[in-house]
Amino acid sequence: MIQPFVAIRNVSKAFGKFQALQNVSLDVQAGQVLCLIGASGSGKTTLLRCVNQLVRIDRGGIWLDGDLLGMRVQNGRLHVLNDAEIARQRLSTGMVFQRFNLFPHMTALQNVAEGPVQVQRRKAGEVKAEALELLARVGLADKAANYPSQLSGGQQQRVAIARALAMRPKLMLFDEPTSALDPELVGEVLAVMKELARSHMTMIVVTHELGFAREVADRVVYMDAGRIVEEGPPGQVLSAPNEARTKAFLSAVLA
Amino acid sequence: MSPGPAQALAEGFPDLSGLAVARRMRWGRWTAALLIVLALLALARAFANGQIEWSYVGRFLTVPAILDGIINTVVMAVAAMALGIVLGVVVAIMRLSPNPVLRAVAGGYTWLFRGTPVILQLLLWFNLALVFPVIGVPGLWSGRAVDLMTPFLSALLGLGINQGAYTSEVMRAGMLSVDVGQYEAAQAIGMSHLRALRRIILPQAMRVVIPPLGNEFISMVKMTSLASVIQYPEVLHSAENIYYANSRVIELLIVAGIWYLAVVSALTPLQMLLERRFARGLTGNSG
Repeated sequence: MIQPFVAIRNVSKAFGKFQALQNVSLDVQAGQVLCLIGASGSGKTTLLRCVNQLVRIDRGGIWLDGDLLGMRVQNGRLHVLNDAEIARQRLSTGMVFQRFNLFPHMTALQNVAEGPVQVQRRKAGEVKAEALELLARVGLADKAANYPSQLSGGQQQRVAIARALAMRPKLMLFDEPTSALDPELVGEVLAVMKELARSHMTMIVVTHELGFAREVADRVVYMDAGRIVEEGPPGQVLSAPNEARTKAFLSAVLA
Repeated sequence: MSPGPAQALAEGFPDLSGLAVARRMRWGRWTAALLIVLALLALARAFANGQIEWSYVGRFLTVPAILDGIINTVVMAVAAMALGIVLGVVVAIMRLSPNPVLRAVAGGYTWLFRGTPVILQLLLWFNLALVFPVIGVPGLWSGRAVDLMTPFLSALLGLGINQGAYTSEVMRAGMLSVDVGQYEAAQAIGMSHLRALRRIILPQAMRVVIPPLGNEFISMVKMTSLASVIQYPEVLHSAENIYYANSRVIELLIVAGIWYLAVVSALTPLQMLLERRFARGLTGNSG
């Protein structure tokens, strides 16, 4: 069996009394696109944020490309990594947020170049050329000098994707990337994500866009109440689900 | 639903689009303006006939002692505010740190220096020699506190450290006003805590804190007058020294007042420039 690129094992997380994740285990193979679906509060966003260590897990472990995230096993005990070590581990993942979270005081180009120049310490000239290429790739070559406030939601989200790609991540995480968009702007963001999937980027996508999941995902995972209820190829989970809860969710969404 | 040519409109609603809007007489405004002008005239007459020798005000406005004084006032206000802002930023970062020791130290600093009058702090710094006759770093350097704690240094430390306590709260409010998503986005591109604060959070916080900091700076210009009690030669101290000699108390106080107003007035356009600088990207058309 091939080593999975992301391995999630027995992960639990509680926020106060609310159990957001209960014993979740999941594999994502390199080059795969995995879509996480489920109602709000089902734990799908929390799971994604655990992979990027924006949320620290209570129990279990997540391995990325063979590296245990956020912790080190030493003498039979777990030791939490420090701020700098966690920041270094985050370099191999890119994250796209529901609310874009572009830096409003920087232009589109500066947003994309910020990480490579400030964090990876790459040469500004080389980074600028690459950032312009990335902006062209997401269809925004002419918006490089614009500030986020001058861009539409769809354009902002595409800049955010370019910003994440500029770090040359091995894994891209998308947290409901189209939920905050006006309906007519959803398509342009999904098109960029489809292009990314075709280039064999490993992706985990939390989404309500079942059409996108059906078309692009290699596997779909349905979550409810902090647990994985059902997983499999999109044709099976979305069209012929085995579990009653999956069926109920799908009929509610498609209604 | 475009109205067809045959659509019938109801009668009794004449076309008003050709009529001009008549000017309204704003009686309230005229009455208020008249009353205020009368009050100002009465006030001006009172001062003109009062025991004020206006020629002294004009003469002493630009004497070297007063000019030196206002320069010292501005120098102290700028230096103490700079110290206050540096301390304020550091203390605000400490207060928002995950480290409980740093948080407690920062909280204690704010509590101590906001909780005591600044004039008391100035006197304490100036009289530090009574507590520590010799100060310095053991083995490296030391000096007599009496020589070291000049009026300038005492005033700078007293005003600057006190200001830091207030500024830290302004900075903290500014940093809290930045959306938490900004910090997460900074983390997601691999930034450490401090780099995220410096590159992403603080530049956005600046936009929020400049108006209150402008307020604080204006207070500081006027608070430097307290340093006159520890012999720092700022403008009020100079004015006092002159009226001790010539007894023109009110005239010299007016001179000092005019200078304070002038300095504070000059600060307003400066603040507007700074606000424009930090509003980059946040108004729709600043390309």
